[in-house]
Amino acid sequence: MSTQTENPTADRRLGEDLLVVEGLQKYFPIRKGLLQKTVANVQAVDGLTFTVKRGETLSLVGESGCGKTTTGRLLTRLVEPTDGTITLEGRDISHLSNSAMRPLRRDIQMIFQDPYGSLNPRHTVGTIVGAPFRLQKVKTPNGIKKEVQDLLELVGLNPEHYNRYPHEFSGGQRQRIGIARTLALKPKLIVADEPVSALDVSIQAQVVNLLEDLQSEFDLTYVMIAHDLSVVRHVSDRVAVMYLGKIMEIADRTSLYERPMHPYTVALLSAVPIPDTNRRENRERIRLQGDVPSPINPPKGCRFHTRCWKAQDVCKTTEPPLAQLAPGHAVACHFPENKDSLTIDPTGAAV
Amino acid sequence: MSQSSEDSLDGRAETRPAASGGPFLQVRGLRVHFPTDDGVVKSVDDLSFSVERGKTLGIVGESGSGKSVTSLSIMGLHKPGTADITGEILLDGQNLVGMNREKVRLLRGKRMAMIFQDPLSAMHPFYTVGTQIIEAYRIHNKVTKAVARKHAIDLLDRVGIPSPKSRVDDYPHQFSGGMRQRAMIAMALSCDPELLIADEPTTALDVTVQAQILDLIRDLQQEFNSAVVIITHDLGVVAELADDIMVMYAGRAVEYSTAADIFNSPQHPYTWGLLGSMPRLDRERTERLQPIKGTPPSLINVPTGCPFNPRCAYAGLNSDLSFTVRPEFRDVGGGHHIACHLSAEERTRIWDTEIKPKL
Amino acid sequence: MPATVITYIIRRLVAAIVLLFIVSAVTFSIFFLMPKLLGATPETLATRYVGRAATADTVRETAERLGFYDPIYKQYADWVGGIFAGADYSYGSGVEHCPAPCLGYSFRNNQPVWPDLIDRLPVTLSLASGAAVLWLLGGVAVGTLSALRKGTIFDRAAMSVSLAGVSLPIFFTGLLSLSIFSYNLGWTAVGGAYTPFLDDPGQWAYNLLLPWITLALLFSAQYARLTRAGMLETMNEDFIRTARAKGLPERTVVVRHGLRGALTPILTIFGLDVGLLLGGAVLTESAFSLQGLGKYAIDGITNYDLPKVMGVTILAAFFIVIANLVVDLLYAVVDPRVRAK
Repeated sequence: MSTQTENPTADRRLGEDLLVVEGLQKYFPIRKGLLQKTVANVQAVDGLTFTVKRGETLSLVGESGCGKTTTGRLLTRLVEPTDGTITLEGRDISHLSNSAMRPLRRDIQMIFQDPYGSLNPRHTVGTIVGAPFRLQKVKTPNGIKKEVQDLLELVGLNPEHYNRYPHEFSGGQRQRIGIARTLALKPKLIVADEPVSALDVSIQAQVVNLLEDLQSEFDLTYVMIAHDLSVVRHVSDRVAVMYLGKIMEIADRTSLYERPMHPYTVALLSAVPIPDTNRRENRERIRLQGDVPSPINPPKGCRFHTRCWKAQDVCKTTEPPLAQLAPGHAVACHFPENKDSLTIDPTGAAV
Repeated sequence: MSQSSEDSLDGRAETRPAASGGPFLQVRGLRVHFPTDDGVVKSVDDLSFSVERGKTLGIVGESGSGKSVTSLSIMGLHKPGTADITGEILLDGQNLVGMNREKVRLLRGKRMAMIFQDPLSAMHPFYTVGTQIIEAYRIHNKVTKAVARKHAIDLLDRVGIPSPKSRVDDYPHQFSGGMRQRAMIAMALSCDPELLIADEPTTALDVTVQAQILDLIRDLQQEFNSAVVIITHDLGVVAELADDIMVMYAGRAVEYSTAADIFNSPQHPYTWGLLGSMPRLDRERTERLQPIKGTPPSLINVPTGCPFNPRCAYAGLNSDLSFTVRPEFRDVGGGHHIACHLSAEERTRIWDTEIKPKL
Repeated sequence: MPATVITYIIRRLVAAIVLLFIVSAVTFSIFFLMPKLLGATPETLATRYVGRAATADTVRETAERLGFYDPIYKQYADWVGGIFAGADYSYGSGVEHCPAPCLGYSFRNNQPVWPDLIDRLPVTLSLASGAAVLWLLGGVAVGTLSALRKGTIFDRAAMSVSLAGVSLPIFFTGLLSLSIFSYNLGWTAVGGAYTPFLDDPGQWAYNLLLPWITLALLFSAQYARLTRAGMLETMNEDFIRTARAKGLPERTVVVRHGLRGALTPILTIFGLDVGLLLGGAVLTESAFSLQGLGKYAIDGITNYDLPKVMGVTILAAFFIVIANLVVDLLYAVVDPRVRAK
């Protein structure tokens, strides 16, 4: 979805950098011994650099332990980075204190994975969705209730359900409540951590469509954190593939899915089960062996080399930089795939 | 694999008695109802299907479709007194419904076994992986602990756990997610069951690990020649594994055919809806997903007529039947079963002109 | 034992010692400082020990002997010093040495506290351990059955009885059971009887039976409720379903898989309760006139005999801290996931 062209009333600043992340790092110390000395670090996020443009959707994908969730928590400043900077609209928010962050919280909102756990069961929908107004002391000309009912309608819920409790709603509806709460203060950036993965297939599609509609209506900027590569392809403008706290590859959606360059991306795409029995026989599979190594002691050199079928000696010693190999397509690999060819489809679909 | 494990694991399919005529698992008119204070929850209502040895049936459905309740009924794992189960569940010709609970218990783990979704919570945190496999093996086989331990190590080796001799003494939390699911599979296979039910076996796993586990299940089935039932919400997973697929909605089967049929020429609007809801990597990216409107129905007040009618775009296309008469689950040709009032021409037309082009 | 466990124990012991200091300082303050703040002078304090009839000289002399003229921190330091190094106490006629660990001399009868505590510990120990075994077995058994038969008459009856058990004060149940079973029916020993275990184990058990049951009733009620809640939760865990899916007999599922999972929190409470009781089951000992630590503390309080109170308090705190440590270590034995941390 290209908001820039579809919405003529769009903010003129659409397309400029909203969020700039440089060298972002988060280590969680592991303490041991009598004096609780730090003996090692969980290197959850280790040097991320990327930008998010106003109005676009950037997705962070990767398997568990790749640091995508920690990244989300860093961007929303629920945790403080160990190193690196996060700049929102030119303002460095990396180390702002809680009180300094508070006015900025309305600009950065988060949608959570679990629509059951993230809503207080003892509060009505009205209270939940209206909470941001109260917390941020925002003036609402027609009263909070009216605002909340408008929001409920916006996300496809019945505004008359203002006084109901979360347990009276289905999973999909609860996720809509969460989205309504997120939208209350017209945030500039929404970080969505697995927003649809807990939902049923048919409901997933409803929520995905809702998120897209809201984006084009309000020029929202999304950072999506997800593991489902099919959903990610559908919703994203650009995608960053993470592995053990680092970005392996970042590119626009089309380049990444049609011409993945990093072997890890290729393997990930190849592992996605395709709902087509005709593919069963002639699909070329790349099967990664084993599991993701521990982020406490990640492999030296390229972090992926222990599972990579293309790994050479240089991969074990030298970490490849994230280098731009094609316009808007950066890869951290010594031996990237699809470097010359532009026609290979990784999923084996007919060209 | 080591020589010793080949001795104990290979060549079992041949030593089995030939199938006693007909499919190994046959479910006929199964109803599972739970009486509650709010009314009777009709979790499974008039369900019939069968699985042969060496074949895989995929049961697809969303939460509340009754797919997991069905599997627990087959295994006899509902709490006594909570569920009203009627109909027939024939395991190798023996009806499990109404069978003495102790007799069913002796079949559990031996002739039928189950793999669960989340291997972390499905294994006891206080016992080692080995202890749990040994326990499963020794209930049904009078062998010494040492023999059972060796068997456990062989199994762990077979399911691809590296250095099984030392990992056998690890606790579940010391395993990664993928390894835990492998260990779970080893445990389920310990008594060489003829029926293996896998309930969302890869849902909790990462995609690269999911691919490994699906490969493993496929390989093991060929080796053990068991009947396999895979329960999942993910059409991709059944496309990888299943020979036949049954789509369930609101406790009933709405479509049942070969896997190829289900993906190439699905005939039920709900199946169309599922296919349209999921973004697919193997197709051009669509501008917009085609979700099914509304939410799944309450199983206490299942809509009259076709239970899918409130969400179906084609309900009432030619008559009011969808709202009044429950569609019969019938063979519409070549073993392809559906429960839908649409005529064959309408179904073909809608699929060809409205659904297929948008996928 | 791995190094991590040893460092863990050392850290916990250090914390325990600090805690003991805090407990003793607080207790000391309560008994020494509070009266002062309320206007008591060393003389009025001393009056309590020598009686109102005593002459002013006697009072002053007593106050001096007991150290009431010293600043509070010196009094506390002397007391703590006594524990580690022993102390000397002066009398009108001479000096008495109190060897370490010296918890002071009773103001009342001039007896050192420590030997008294050692004397009385076996009584409390017997009472606590016997009752603990009873309530643990009874409570867990009733709780388990209740959980497995949730909603049945057995469950409701057991839970009602246990509610009554928690609510009824022990001096009521104690005296009631004494009057019925000992005095009327003559089935059990009358109050005050205690035979050391080593003298005659049979008599020991016979004499303590009624206090055990009374005390266990109070606790087992709580344990039944805890076990029931824990079992209800555990029996819904996925691993229970797995155990059944393997074809395990239900009894094995309940005991080996269910109870094992549900007992961890019970273990914690059990350790703390036993630790607490070792410092004296005040009400039970009073009701049954058992000469245990609790009774000793009560006597100390009623007679304003501070060293006795301090002695029992510090010993009780010591037991609780040790019980805590043991529980934490047992946790690691029971739950392998704790070991990793």
